[in-house]
Order: sequence, then C-alpha cells, then structure tokens
Amino acid sequence: MSPNEHEGKPNLNGDENLPEKAGEERLNSPVVRKGMFGAKTSGDTSGYGGLFVRGQPPLSSQRPFADPDDPATAYFDDVADALERSLAEAGSSFGEAIERVVVDRSEITFHVRREALPEVARRLRDDPQLRFELCMGVSGVHYPADTDRELHAVYHLRSITHNRQIRLEVACPDADPHIPSIVATYPTNDWHERETWDFFGIIFDGHPALTRIQMPDDWDGHPQRKDYPLGGIPVEYRGARVPPPDERRSYA
Amino acid sequence: MSTTSTEAYVDISGGDWEEVVREAQQGSADRLVVNMGPQHPSTHGVLRLILTLDGETVTEARVGIGYLHTGIEKNTEYRTWTQGTTFVTRMDYLMPIFNEVAYCLAVERLLGISDRIPERANVIRVLMMELNRISSHLVAMATFGMELGATTIMTNGFRERELVLDIFELITGLRMNHAYIRPGGVAQDLPHSAAGKIREFLAEMPKRLQILRKLLDANPVYLQRTRDVAHLDLSGCMALGVTGPMLRASGLAWDLRKAKPYCGYENYEFDVPVSDGCDVYARYRVRVAEMEQSLRIIEQCLDFLEPGPIMIDDAKIGWPAKLAIGSDGMGNSPDHIAHIMGTSMEALIHHFKIVTEGFRVPPGQAYTAVESAKGELGCHAVSDGGPRPYRVHFRDPSFTHLQAVAAMCEGGTVADVIAAVASLDPVMGGVDR
Repeated sequence: MSPNEHEGKPNLNGDENLPEKAGEERLNSPVVRKGMFGAKTSGDTSGYGGLFVRGQPPLSSQRPFADPDDPATAYFDDVADALERSLAEAGSSFGEAIERVVVDRSEITFHVRREALPEVARRLRDDPQLRFELCMGVSGVHYPADTDRELHAVYHLRSITHNRQIRLEVACPDADPHIPSIVATYPTNDWHERETWDFFGIIFDGHPALTRIQMPDDWDGHPQRKDYPLGGIPVEYRGARVPPPDERRSYA
Repeated sequence: MSTTSTEAYVDISGGDWEEVVREAQQGSADRLVVNMGPQHPSTHGVLRLILTLDGETVTEARVGIGYLHTGIEKNTEYRTWTQGTTFVTRMDYLMPIFNEVAYCLAVERLLGISDRIPERANVIRVLMMELNRISSHLVAMATFGMELGATTIMTNGFRERELVLDIFELITGLRMNHAYIRPGGVAQDLPHSAAGKIREFLAEMPKRLQILRKLLDANPVYLQRTRDVAHLDLSGCMALGVTGPMLRASGLAWDLRKAKPYCGYENYEFDVPVSDGCDVYARYRVRVAEMEQSLRIIEQCLDFLEPGPIMIDDAKIGWPAKLAIGSDGMGNSPDHIAHIMGTSMEALIHHFKIVTEGFRVPPGQAYTAVESAKGELGCHAVSDGGPRPYRVHFRDPSFTHLQAVAAMCEGGTVADVIAAVASLDPVMGGVDR
C-alpha cells in the first residue's frame, strides 16, 4: 500500500507513531491490582482473576510547562525559570535540586530532592519573582510499592503577590524516613509536620519539637500508613452480619 | 529512683480548690501552670490550653489537641469516592457544605470533569456555601458572647442560625452533616418551596443582623474586651498560615473567591470586607460584614437559578436514581425502581455496580481550596486509579489557626486568652478530623 493511498491520513503502521518506550516503562511499573470484580477464589469462572494491572509509569513533563489551551497553566514556565535562576544564584542548580517536574490537571509539581528542600523553600519564599508567602502545610502519602521512595511529603505553596499555586513533593525511603524540616522558612508547618510525623512516621530533621499531635504520646505505629490496619468490629443489622469496612469486598 | 524537683510547684490538676489555693498562697512558687480544658465551657469543644501564669499575665500558652481525632482521612480510604462526602461533612461540623465542596472539587479535578458541572448545580453550591458562611459566623459570634459572659449574644446568635438550619433541613433533609454536595453535582434539586423560604430569610436576616450589631458594635463592655486584644498583624498571619476573616482583619483583602474563583464565583458581585485593626474587634467586624455580603450573593443566586440538571450528564459518575423524599421522610424513587426492576436488566446492573463499587478515578493528585467561613480549606486528594480514594488530606483552617494562640496570648491576661481563642473560631471537629 503506497503512502498516497492514505489520502493524507497518518500511517498507523509507522514506527514514528509508537509511544517511545511506553511499553517497556509500563512493564517495569509496579503491579497495582490483580484480578477483577473482587473475586479471589475458584468461584471466578471469567478468567479475569488472572489479570495484572500495572500502575502508571512516573510522569515527567518537559518544557514548555504551560499549555496554551489552559490559562491556569500560564505561569508554570515563569515559576520554573525564576526558580532555576534563583537556585543558580545560590550556587545550586535546578537539575540538582529538582528530580523532575510534573504538569498534570492544571497543577504543577516539583519533585524536590530531600537534601535540597530547605534551600528550595527559602528561595521560593524570598525571591521577589517567586514570593510563595503561604505554605498550606504538609500532606503525607504512603506508597508501599514505590521501592526506596515509600514515603512522600507533599507541600502546597501559594503566592499572594503573584496569585500562583505550586506543589512540592519530596520522597524518602521507609528505611531512612528523614526529610529536612522547613519550619524555619514556614513557621505554619510546625503542626503540619508534627501531624505528618504522627500519621506517617516521617522524621522532619530540624523541627523544633517533633512530637505526636493527634494520637496519644505513647501510641504505637503511624495510623495513616497503608500497612496500618483500619480496625473495626462487625455490625449486626436485622440478623445479618456486616463486616468491618476493611474486610468488606474491595473492588480496588 | 528519686527525682529532684528543680523548683517548687503547686499541682492543680484536680482536688479541692480551697486546698489548692491555700497551698499556692503558702508556697514559694511564683509560676502557675494552668491546664485549661479539654473539658471547659470556654474552649470551643475539647481544646486544651496549657497556660503558664505569672499572676494574671500569661507568660506561655501552649495548645494540646487530638481529643476529637476520629480518623476521617483514614476512613475515606475504605469507602467509595461518593461515600467520602458523608465522612468529610462531619469534619468541621459548623461548615459541612464547605468540607463537601472542597472534597468534591478535588474529586472532579481528578476525574477531569470540572468544566462539565451543570450551571444549576454550581449556583446551588454557591447558595449553600453562603448560607453556611452565615450560620458558621453566627455560631462564632454566639459562642464568643457566651464565653465573655454575654448570654444574650449567645441566644440571639443561635436563634438566627436556626433560620439557616431550617433552610438546610428543607433542602437537604438534615440540619447538619448533609452529604448534599456530591462529585458531579448535588444530591437532589431544590424543593419548590425553597426559593420562597430563602426570600423570606433574605428579608428577615438583615433586621436580625442589625439587632446583633446594635448589641455589640459600640457596646463599651464589648469594646473593652475586644479592642487591641490578641493582636496579630499581617506578617504574623503570613508566617503562621492564617487565612480567612483573621487575615482580612489584618488589612489584606485576600479571598479565594476573588483570587481563584471556583463554582462560578467570578459571576457574582460582592465586596471583600477588610479591616486593619488586627484585633478581636476587627475580626468581629469583618465577620459581620461578610455575612452582609453573603446575603448579597444569595440574592444573586436566586436570580441565577435556571431550571436544568443538577448532576453531571454522565451515567458513569452521576447517581442513577433521582431520589425524592416520600411521605415517610425516606428517599425513594418509584419511577427509577420501576425502570430497573421491570424493564431494563442493564439499568439494574449499572445501578448495582455504581452504588456498590462506585466509579474509578484516574491516577494522580489534586489540591483544591475553597474560601470557607474560617479560611482556606484545602483538599489534597490522591487516586491510584481505583474506586476508593488512595489518600485524602484536608488542610483545615482551624488546625492551622490554633498555632497562632501563643503569638496572640503570651504577654496578655488570662481573660484575653478566651477572647483570643474565640476570635480564631476554631472547631475541634475540623482541627482533629
């Protein structure tokens, strides 16, 4: 079939249309789900029980970060440029401090190497081109399948001067759960970091008094981690026994 | 093992008060550490304040929280995305609608359907949020009056709040914990009588606010208790992450409804009240002015309400049944039941699947924030692609604001601690989640 028989339509057999390394990346991604319909026993006659679903490979965006169709993303390149310049002034570099940048759903995420976090936070707050005055706290996320990067701390920063919003994400291994504290830059993070320590066991080095905040002081474990059970008791309703939420059928 | 006490102290963690006073008078201790709360009528629920006193002066104020921790964030990880609203509405129980909207906006952004929410649903959301702002501010004022010993303020505030709760009950069926805002829209349409009831409210409320203002605005006792008390300036607010009426009472007109509009707030005309008093009185004035602006927005909502759908036109997300409240007060939908039980097997399967399994949300994370009655209420939602949230975290304004207690109270008197905490308007359900 000669190319002109396509009448200008792209040749779907061509190699140039294959997403680069997508299949390979996908096969290396962790398995997030096995089976389907929640059936785990021999009762599954559909064959879907043997299904493996792999997670998304880690996203990474390339410049330009701004999407011309989405006005909410218009400032992303300005922030990245200003941060790059500001870090260079401080003798650091963007590539050293930032692992990757992800633009997803009109939000920009800077994945920061943990040792660079205090410097990046300080620059983000103080540089006149950046001026992220408000930190909206830390949110921990536990990804047990993300080997050597199990614990993530997610920071949302807001600039009132420029009316912008960005996200920083820092990862640390479960075996060495240390992330530098940024309370010196953002005092509001005092309680937020205590909360993340309490619920995830991330140790924020340099925090003035890293103690539990929600759970009692002598509590064992960190309840928001994925390996910490929810707990619960079965409930009886009109003669039927309703199991606790974590023992109910999960479709996940 | 023996412990040597480095200084003399008087233990007042319990016991007979007269003995405690005698011991304190006889002893040589010059500092008094008072444990105020967690069960104390002036601490807004179960807040615990640890105050170090030198006479009447507070030299150190520390805050203990966690007495109302209910694990809402953890629990949402074991329910569907839709069931999440039922949990988050119970966090800050004085502003349930804001909790629901912040959560639903995050879920909708993860689903990529933010632009497809029907116009009518957005107007109803704004309407409900502004009603909720009024009810939340009224409680803030009522409890404030009570804590300063003015019970008339308390009874008035709670009485006016009932007007709002009656409307909530009419629209959602519940006075609190509504679970009314759902991913994709709202749970059900406004009843026919709602618009008339809200118009009555709009006519009545300004008079009630006027009465409240007459009681407080220039009341010398109130002024003495609130003027120049619990000072927190703009740089303090920025450092401590303080937003909402507290920030606007320190002179910065920052309001997410104007800065980052959501739910169509850019279409409404309203002002952002500001004061540069930085004290408790300024916060009171900002809250009153905000209630007046909320009334303006509610009036515009009624004008914007056009007939139309209230749930996204997507059967994979929207709830299948259009429930109506029957004579027994229970939700029911005879037409829908006739359809799934009588005519369409596929509709029955679909109903069963979406109700028990829920919808799947593409992997990723989103942070959405709304300008709640108390400040920026943010929701950080993470999905792993499954039918349940992977992680939901709330940046609750009350939690953040309580950190400011030390900055506002140290160096002041014990009596001003009450005024300072009351002006923060913390709700422990939101603080501890």
